[in-house]
Parts: sequence; structure tokens; C-alpha cells
Amino acid sequence: MEINSEKIRNCVVVSVKGKIDAVTSPDFEKSLSELIGKGEKIIVMDLGSLEYISSAGLRSILATAKHLKPIDGKLLFAGLQGPVKDVFRISGFASIFQIFDSRDEALQQL
Amino acid sequence: MRTSAVKSLILPAKIENLHGCIDFVAACAAGQGFGKRRISEIRLALEEVLVNIINYAYSDRPETGDIEIACRRTGENALEIEIIDSGAPFDMLASKEPDTEAEIPDRQIGGLGIFFVKQIMNGIRYAREGGRNKLTLTAESAGQLSA
Repeated sequence: MEINSEKIRNCVVVSVKGKIDAVTSPDFEKSLSELIGKGEKIIVMDLGSLEYISSAGLRSILATAKHLKPIDGKLLFAGLQGPVKDVFRISGFASIFQIFDSRDEALQQL
Repeated sequence: MRTSAVKSLILPAKIENLHGCIDFVAACAAGQGFGKRRISEIRLALEEVLVNIINYAYSDRPETGDIEIACRRTGENALEIEIIDSGAPFDMLASKEPDTEAEIPDRQIGGLGIFFVKQIMNGIRYAREGGRNKLTLTAESAGQLSA
């Protein structure tokens, strides 16, 4: 797994490449909580290069969303592909989060 | 009748062996000609089952036990995956379905992994035999998750 973050206006775009599974999800969650710790409130997660996510990864996403809620933060998703899209759909995450086809589309909403 | 070869693997139930176990089953599925997308689904189901065993099966024991995995071809072109551990009894079929419609503050992740296994596999059997959990998963070659 590779995580890159980029500050764009008032938000941070986090791009995740590879796999978020039970092995990598602790690092994924730590990166996100560090960003929130630094004062980031709006996170656009670009998952265009993410090949795989398991329930361990969803757990990290949910924990992040719960941290953002009391500070009026936002968590948006962009670019979901194949298996990742399937997992978001069957878990119901596709209906509780805002999901956009591309990061540009997500950024336009902000 | 053609007898099919059984491939098997035994590893300690530790997180560092997760990928080795999943790769083993993925290789069996690939050997049977399953497509990339279906193999990715099978990887997901395997991760969910194995992480449960790694985190919970031996948590009340002083030492971690093993995970045994056996794969064989069954039926027309289905893959049968048998996963055995000698830890605490656990029947995933008896677990409660998660609420996949709850909003973020009420959302729980518990049970979601098992829900994925049930969505992905064509058959699931559980038996507690001689102090061991035996989970038998059957996967046909057609994908189950794609919309």
C-alpha cells in the first residue's frame, strides 16, 4: 500500500494505491488520524489506484468518519474501481458516503 | 470418475502468514482457470475467515495454533476450500447479519467480514469435529459481487 496526500485549497486529497487489508489498515488509519490531528477537516479519498479493500479497511474508514463528525469534517470518495466498488456497494458504504467518479468531480462539490 | 488432487497447507495462525494462506488459495483458483475478478472475491472471503481465526481462535490459549487449508476441485468446476483450526468453537453461520443501512454514527463493522464471505461463496458448511473448527467453502467460477 502506498499513501500520498496533497493539499488542495481547504482540503486534503489522499490517494491510496495497492491494497488496504488487515495487514496494511493500521498504517492507513494512522495516516488519516495524523492528517486530522494536523487540523485537516475535509478529506477527499482518491481510490482510483486501489485494487482491494477488506472489512479491516472499511473499519478504518468508519473510524475516520466518526472522528470527523464532531468537528464538522467531511470525507468524500473518488474513483472507486472494480472490486473496491463492489465492496462499497454490498457493505452499504456507497449509500452512507458521498462518492464521485473522479477527484475533480469531488473537489467541485467543495 | 476422475479423482482430483488435494493441495494443502499448514501454517501458524499469525498475521504474518495471512498473505501466504490467501496466495495459496488464489493459486488453486487460478489453476482451475478462475478469472481475475473471481479470484479477487475469493481473496476477500479468505482474508475475512483467516483474520477471524488469527485474531480470535487462539486468543484464550497460551500458544497460537495452526491454520490448515486444503483445496480441491469439486463438481463441474467448483473449488472446495477447507479451513481448519483447533481453537475456540466458532460457527460463522450462526452470526448475526450486520445492518448495512445504518448511518455513520450507528454503523458497526462487526459482522461485515462474515457477511462478505456469505455473499461471495456459493456454499458454506461448518462442523466442530474432535475439538477443531472445520469450515468448508465452495466457490463456483462465476463472480458473485459484480453488479
